[in-house]
Amino acid sequence: MIHVLEPGPQTTVQDLGRPGHLRYGIPPSGPIDRAAFVVANRLVGNADGAAGLECTVMGPRLAIETPCAIAVTGAEMPVTVNGAEAPAWTTLVLKPGDVVKLGVARAGVRAYVAFSGGLDVPSVLGSRATYLRGRLGGLGGRALRKEDRLTLFPAPTPPIRRASAAAIVDLTVPPEIRAVLGPQADRFTDDGIAALLGGEYEMLPQSDRMGARLRGPRIAHARGHDIISDGIALGSIQVPGDGQPIALLVDRQSTGGYTKIATIGSFDIGRLGQVKPGQRLRFRAIDLAEAHRLLRHWQASQTDVLEEAT
Amino acid sequence: MAVNTRVRALEFLVQQKAVPGVIETVPTFRSLLVYYDPLVVGYDALCEALAELAAQAEHVSLPPPRVVELPCCYEDPELGIDLAPAAERLGLPPAELARVHAGAEYLVYFIGFTPGLPYMSGMPERIMLPRLETPRTKVPPGSVGIGGIQCCIYSVESPGGYWILGRTPLRLYDPDAAEPILLRPGDHVRFRAIDRREYDTIASAVAARTFTPVIG
Repeated sequence: MIHVLEPGPQTTVQDLGRPGHLRYGIPPSGPIDRAAFVVANRLVGNADGAAGLECTVMGPRLAIETPCAIAVTGAEMPVTVNGAEAPAWTTLVLKPGDVVKLGVARAGVRAYVAFSGGLDVPSVLGSRATYLRGRLGGLGGRALRKEDRLTLFPAPTPPIRRASAAAIVDLTVPPEIRAVLGPQADRFTDDGIAALLGGEYEMLPQSDRMGARLRGPRIAHARGHDIISDGIALGSIQVPGDGQPIALLVDRQSTGGYTKIATIGSFDIGRLGQVKPGQRLRFRAIDLAEAHRLLRHWQASQTDVLEEAT
Repeated sequence: MAVNTRVRALEFLVQQKAVPGVIETVPTFRSLLVYYDPLVVGYDALCEALAELAAQAEHVSLPPPRVVELPCCYEDPELGIDLAPAAERLGLPPAELARVHAGAEYLVYFIGFTPGLPYMSGMPERIMLPRLETPRTKVPPGSVGIGGIQCCIYSVESPGGYWILGRTPLRLYDPDAAEPILLRPGDHVRFRAIDRREYDTIASAVAARTFTPVIG
């Protein structure tokens, strides 16, 4: 068992999500920074889809009551075990009585904690991921609370390993987010598209797992901002009447009636989700062939991410 | 309506043929969003396969629709918040507006926006109204609203711009149920007008999980 001493501002149980229910209005959920989540699971010897925690801005304080291994990845939150600094991106073997704490993120927004065996919460519609707005999955559809107890599936102690340097992304620099124009790019003026691709956009604090709200150069519409409602993809960049983009994420609404200027490649969703409020980013347009090439490259880069710890 | 039928027919064919690489689909009024894995099927090959199915979608006969009966309380202004003002705007007695609304059969074009929220057509022309000028910030789940040619039912508490004529005690989205979503694209919906007493009785049965919706 894991005893939650302090939950952190928004810590949720996530696995790789529940695809297949968008036609009923239920989003896939799952970790926003999928690559970091997967590395955490591999470091503790889990399958990629085992349930772990997504911590937002600041992590929880957890008392360990069962021998287990954990790994912390994603946002750079200082990790301590019994008050002593401990490394992230590394297998940490813990014993009953240990207290783990994740502090405030120095870089990035979302950190992941994987536990050997994975968190044992009920599977809802085939997934343990939490969908907060829909009160579905995870721990009763909600974020962690003080005094919660989390159960782990039994698992052997994994070997101690660490993530290779290539798997750890520098979250301190403003990223370039790559997107394919469309499906409604024709509903924007040339200047509007140039604004999206030329300007810097700042992440706003209202951003959440549903969407990243951005502020920057106004994106002008050519013929109004409303369309007949259609489906919204992961990474769709919606532009309402105020000309400010909203990138839709894993807990997005399934359909909507605002024009969508571009779609961010799924390989850059995790990086977008690690941009802190106030931090800036830029967009770059790529074509579909390049997007698919980058996706293949991104997936291949995840095959060999661990090395023996020295 | 013809376009939406073709959208749902295309989705049906995509499911039937289990097109390789397709992950999931989202039907809307006049388009079908197809999620696919580009590492399994290329964009051009998928478009070709879908174009072929779209041509067949004209002629395919969809499985017979389910008919779902939704009890709805119109008479209590606490539930049918906008029944009286909407009726006044239409120049009808409130009871007549409720009767006309409940007398029609609605078709679920698609489910979207929030979990389980149906976008429905079938509104009688004489009760069509433009949406509210100022949307409400909070509409309770189960609220049955009209606006333009649409009728919708709020599935979770959310902001909304429809005129609320009544409320159903059924849950269109119930995260704790084995099947959280009540309605599906293509369903036919009939409203049955109930009084406040029956509303409360059904609401209690729904909460106790002893109520079975009437689905034909």
